[in-house]
Amino acid sequence: MSLESRELEELKTKIGRDPTSTELQIVAAEWSEHCSYKSSKKHLKMLPMDGPLVINEKGYDSGVLDVGDGYVVTAHIESHNHPSAVEPYGGAATGVGGVIRDILSAGTRPIALLDGLRFGNIENDQHAKWLFKNAVTGIADYGNCLGIPTVGGEVEFDECYKNYAMVDVAAIGFGKKENLIKNHAKKGDLVVLLGGATGRDGIGGSQFASDSLETEDRSAVQIPDPFIEKLIIEAILEARNEQLIHAMKDLGGGGLSCAVSETADALDIGIEMDVDKVHTRESDMHSDEIMISESQERMLIVTDNEKLIKLQKICEKFRIECSVIGHVTFDNKMHVKKGETSIANISTDIVANATLLDLPSSKPVYLENIESTKQFPQLSDYSETMMKLLGSPNIASKIWVYGQYDHEVGIRTVTKPGHDASVLRLDNGKSLSIKIDGNPKQCYINPREGAIGCFEEACRNVVCTGAKPIGMLDHLQFGNPNDPEIFWTFLESLKGLTDFAKDFEIPCVGGKVSLYNETSDGPIKPTPVIGVIGLIDKKPLRIQKINSGDSLIMIGATKDELGGSEYSEYIHKFVGGKCPAVDFEESKKNMNSVLEIIENELIKSAHDCSKGGLAIAISELCMTNQIGCNISLEKIPGENLDSDKILFSESHSRYLITFENKNLQKLEEVLKKYNVSYSLIGEFIGNSIQFSNDSKPIIDLSVDKAQKTWFNSLREMVLRA
Amino acid sequence: MNVGVVVFPGSNCDRDMFHVLSDVFNLNAQYCWHDKPLPDNLDAVILPGGFSYGDRLRAGVIAANSPIIQDVKKIAQKGLPILGVCNGFQILVESGLLPGVLLKNDSLNFMCEWTNLIVENNKTPFTNQFELNQKIPIPIANGEGRYYVDDETLNKLEEKNQIVFKYDQVVNGSLNQIAGVCNEDGNVVGMMPHPERAVESEINPQDNKPSTLIFESLLKKAGIEN
Repeated sequence: MSLESRELEELKTKIGRDPTSTELQIVAAEWSEHCSYKSSKKHLKMLPMDGPLVINEKGYDSGVLDVGDGYVVTAHIESHNHPSAVEPYGGAATGVGGVIRDILSAGTRPIALLDGLRFGNIENDQHAKWLFKNAVTGIADYGNCLGIPTVGGEVEFDECYKNYAMVDVAAIGFGKKENLIKNHAKKGDLVVLLGGATGRDGIGGSQFASDSLETEDRSAVQIPDPFIEKLIIEAILEARNEQLIHAMKDLGGGGLSCAVSETADALDIGIEMDVDKVHTRESDMHSDEIMISESQERMLIVTDNEKLIKLQKICEKFRIECSVIGHVTFDNKMHVKKGETSIANISTDIVANATLLDLPSSKPVYLENIESTKQFPQLSDYSETMMKLLGSPNIASKIWVYGQYDHEVGIRTVTKPGHDASVLRLDNGKSLSIKIDGNPKQCYINPREGAIGCFEEACRNVVCTGAKPIGMLDHLQFGNPNDPEIFWTFLESLKGLTDFAKDFEIPCVGGKVSLYNETSDGPIKPTPVIGVIGLIDKKPLRIQKINSGDSLIMIGATKDELGGSEYSEYIHKFVGGKCPAVDFEESKKNMNSVLEIIENELIKSAHDCSKGGLAIAISELCMTNQIGCNISLEKIPGENLDSDKILFSESHSRYLITFENKNLQKLEEVLKKYNVSYSLIGEFIGNSIQFSNDSKPIIDLSVDKAQKTWFNSLREMVLRA
Repeated sequence: MNVGVVVFPGSNCDRDMFHVLSDVFNLNAQYCWHDKPLPDNLDAVILPGGFSYGDRLRAGVIAANSPIIQDVKKIAQKGLPILGVCNGFQILVESGLLPGVLLKNDSLNFMCEWTNLIVENNKTPFTNQFELNQKIPIPIANGEGRYYVDDETLNKLEEKNQIVFKYDQVVNGSLNQIAGVCNEDGNVVGMMPHPERAVESEINPQDNKPSTLIFESLLKKAGIEN
């Protein structure tokens, strides 16, 4: 794990001499893809990052949004894929820890977590099952111990993740605007390392993550300690309240090398530090190991002499260690010493800014014919197909997962996991709605439309709670960027997201790029995961129980778009077909109409139509409300299609609205005003899920039976030996 | 009324409890950090939930041996109301203030879900406003919440009316579905579910009224009408 020869030559030219071994280690960590974004950075600039609510300050690792009344929300997303694929428990847990410290760095308290998990086929792959089970436990043990609720997320299984694990974690913070850390430093300020001891775990982790996964390098995986993290959170927030922090950064990828060089570069200062002052877990650690160790639960703080005494008192109270490892200089250099000996002395600008690449891209050959459609054989029994889908790993209820996460602690969780998006109450009477969504099946078939679809789906989910999207987090996960075909899929996804973000005026407030997600079996499918944050000024939609006689309206057209659907891939084992595409204009008016009917308190619930199509979405309403339904397929808005296309197409921009009949007229007034395509498609009644087409029965399923399969199948899959 | 909320390193429901006491019930709540003596103006003490000392060794066992517990024991002897919630309950059993132990749930997993409690004893300072057998919708969130005692102790608990709450169905394998118990005098109560997460209608998907009676009971005990 070191610099490429080209990069080494570049470094030599830049510093005008041969680098020392410590300098080499520092630069190799910082110039890794993981830390430097060298392949992607040039292109990421296309995303809109500003907006009326966005607060930009130098050196923040998380996005900051002004939610009014003197309060801010912070948000960030990260992944821990490589480590989780080797050691799922520790990898997933430290993934949670890392993103939480990004939220803390801004001076805000972390108030919620969401996680997106992706693994191979757990129905027949024991290794995938092991990875899944342990990643879930890792996240649960870490988040639960900290008392930060895990309020939502998603879980997906696909062959492309065989022998691999995707663990994405998004974190949300909340605080007072006046308490935000305004990163600054003056000459003579002290540089303090606070928290866990530096050990030999996570050595070279960022380089490990910047290569395809071929070896199981366990020493590159960090060891989690949520108890220390909890103490750090409380200590830092106390120090923040006493205004003891000039600047702060968490130690993540690249360890001290990265934190010191990036802090210095962002603040336009130099930092001189002594590795002997770093508190270590083992006494015989080499200087280079200390500089690149990615031991967790550590924060870098810039403060001054006077404030240091108070900071030390706080650390004593929480019994956490804090070491003064250096001070601020004004020569813009990162100067590392061991005692009196200088072991690295290099411009922070050189360390923190790797030369950005402009990699070639070309449209993958596989895409040439992939969107051509295929006629599936006529289904003999739709009810049986429905049961199969309800019990399939991607559609089955994820209650086995979120039931292990404390999603109530913090007493903010208004809408709990298991619904479209989670809703948290804020101290100013407003509410926050959040959701993350990915869809590698669709992104594989059409990277651009697939990525836009993830974005729109996350928006739909928060809209269903009555929230207006105010910010987006993007997590772009792909294989090796040096493969022009893979890089093309990255660019296409990014362009799609940019178009949607600009058109809908939703700024990107945070994100991450994770490349080299591949094993000896090949690269993953393009896996952008999009988080959307929505704000509710008044009251969130309080989901009411559906009763017999309540009606169902569907908003949005169902199209001939079975490509990448669960139905195509799980039932017919077919990868291909036409990928669902978002019509921006239709999307916008549908969203706005749903927001208005929620604001006017005309409905009982709004539910988004996505994985599994409308057949699954309607069944979910029936199963969670313990009631049957009677749906007429000929009434579904959209073109005239075969029954299976109507039932299982995963077209975007569609919403299911449940309401009491007395509100029908008022509802229609709003929907007509927005000129959306909608229709009254049926009612809730009885004990079975019934679909008919032109009065011909198509599906008839007992709610009890469906519910049992849907609720239990994932747990049974995991526990089955 | 002054209510102390004891905070150990790793407690994480202290702020939630503090909010409920002060903002919902207008009580004078104060945080009591574990290495300081308990203030002597307290009328009641609550040990909130969380992961004191990261649940190392066994949930609650390290906190149970910290100095502040000696003070808690003293005021328990004086008959002041003491409530332990979740990790607070685990600390109370580990310190010997309450009988029994809390084992790993029979699923072997952490469990977070809404459940219902049945009030079995309405004479304690935290249940005096309930009808017997009244139902309380309330969430649990724990990994070690399965209550267990030997037969002899169980008989004694039943005899002395020390079983305060039961679950209305099998939740985690707790003996006789026990969810909360009290000491012989009835002033020290421990419960696994979280009343502080249930008293506000905004975040309670069912009915928040029953759980508010836990705090109303404390006010009644102190002679305060809310």
